[in-house]
Amino acid sequence: MRISLSGEWRLVNQLPSLEAVAGELAATDGSTAVAFDTRELGSWDSGLLTFLMAVIALCAQRNVAVERGGLPPGVNRLLTLATAVPERQGARRGSGCLPLLARIGEAACDFWRSLLEMLEFIGESAAAFVRLLTGKARFRRADLLQILQECSAEALPIVSLITLLVGLILAFVGAIQLKLFGAQIYVADLVGIGMVRAMGAIMTGIIMAGRTGAAFAARIGTMQVNEEIDALQTTGVSPMEFLVLPRMLVLALMMPLLCLYADLMGILGGLIVGVLGLDLGVIEYCQETVRAISLTNVWIGLFSGFVYGILVALAGCMRGMQCGRSASAVGDATTSAVVTGIVSIVVATAIITVLCNILGI
Amino acid sequence: MIGPDPHIIVKDLTMAYGSYVLQRDLSFTVNRGDVFIIMGGSGCGKSTLMRHLIGLKAPATGSVFYGPMNFWEAEPRERERMMRRFGVMYQSGALWSSLTLAENVALSLELYTTLKPAEISEIASLKLALVGLAGFEEYYPAEISGGMKKRAGIARAMALDPEVLFFDEPSAGLDPVSARLLDDLILELRESLGTTVVVVTHELASIFAIANNSVFIDAARKTMIATGDPKRLLKECANPTVRNFLTRGEAKAEENPGELAAPCFLA
Repeated sequence: MRISLSGEWRLVNQLPSLEAVAGELAATDGSTAVAFDTRELGSWDSGLLTFLMAVIALCAQRNVAVERGGLPPGVNRLLTLATAVPERQGARRGSGCLPLLARIGEAACDFWRSLLEMLEFIGESAAAFVRLLTGKARFRRADLLQILQECSAEALPIVSLITLLVGLILAFVGAIQLKLFGAQIYVADLVGIGMVRAMGAIMTGIIMAGRTGAAFAARIGTMQVNEEIDALQTTGVSPMEFLVLPRMLVLALMMPLLCLYADLMGILGGLIVGVLGLDLGVIEYCQETVRAISLTNVWIGLFSGFVYGILVALAGCMRGMQCGRSASAVGDATTSAVVTGIVSIVVATAIITVLCNILGI
Repeated sequence: MIGPDPHIIVKDLTMAYGSYVLQRDLSFTVNRGDVFIIMGGSGCGKSTLMRHLIGLKAPATGSVFYGPMNFWEAEPRERERMMRRFGVMYQSGALWSSLTLAENVALSLELYTTLKPAEISEIASLKLALVGLAGFEEYYPAEISGGMKKRAGIARAMALDPEVLFFDEPSAGLDPVSARLLDDLILELRESLGTTVVVVTHELASIFAIANNSVFIDAARKTMIATGDPKRLLKECANPTVRNFLTRGEAKAEENPGELAAPCFLA
């Protein structure tokens, strides 16, 4: 069987389908060989090679010999090069989708593995904290101060903006309803209690998860990619002590302070709405706020902030330490740190709220 | 005449990631003062083997001995103590990016010695000077070139005057002159400090310039197929895979499919 190739064989042109060749091959008894006539062939590129590779593969399937003598020398050389290294056994990945049960099983195994890794990381963090208490933990004071700066002073602008706006929103939403009863003064109660007891801590936690948790994951993940963590380990320095412990310490200590600041900013937002929108006096608003907020509310907010601080630091550092060794892995670790941080904040809030309800506080 | 003094003994080592076996039955000895090369094609597990030797990855089976001590069966505290006798230079340099070059070198001195800060600073400057980086003490890794990072990595690896220096692809990404200077530096360290040097590389020029012993691991067979001085392997080894590797494929040695050529273990 002779296949005549003529005209331009370029990728930019429409290449002929293999069906005609397949049909002709099916009609042969298998004893004939396939040869090529390229006298009319114009210019060619990978399009011709792709077609020829497909023809050769088809012939191999049907045990039909291929005579490549009629092909241009350049094409022959490239075909030889492309077929020089035989496909490695088992190298090709299956493209088919796994059955549903297998996928569920795989997801369950992944979840279990991830749970174990999380527990292991929490355990190692606790052990590092114990070593800190016994004075055996090793980290650099300069690093601690640097992280302290990043997690406190440098976070103030964004915390100010977001919590001020949250205070404003709370006050606006409350004012619409309370105005109906002429009880607009209670906007101060709503904003004060809402911010101090929950919203201040939650908003600060979410800001820190997006800002600081992501930065922790990216920083530690990049160190993983650059083998810096391996270098720490071979120097005999525990990455848990050197990298994770100072970050956890700083966030656990600074989050309650940031929460307190966020509470004040939220109350300021409410005050702006109260004074400018509801014709309340500044002193009147402040007195109502002080009357409404109990110390218990403040402690609950600060405790929540402390818990969120630990959760954000754990999520950021854990995802950083689990990071793979590629640029995309750092991106994945960062995303995962933010998601884990925010989800754990919401879960912790639910638990704290239920506990407070049970304890009657 | 004093015979060779075994420093690192690898016995029946199998490396695996989960159920996937990377290499099996690796057994070789690195003598004190050797410049020992771990060589093989890309992806055969050279760097993973180094990770097994320096305590970053535990073997699936088999042992690594440092002198008489079984490294992986030692108590964690003892293993950590043994690790302080290693210096490791990673492929990328792996300098801690938030620390200056002097701080990178000084960190292990701060942790494991009782030296005063001024003395530590002097030692750090000396180590940097030894690798040609005098005056760069206050530079951060991001401010220096790739070749300088590698040299700073060597200075950090030498901080505690280790008994064994490990190098992972030291000349990768360097121009030929810088690679040659790095080879000279490795030899100089071996000569002057008597350090045992283990190098993971597939750079032939470096292999023939510095090595006196080696192991060749093969991805296809998943085991070692040659040991000995690379220069002798080039002359005496008939294994086609090893010959192809050592001659950059110019030997055109072909293996008979279905029949594996004999390994070459030179004494």
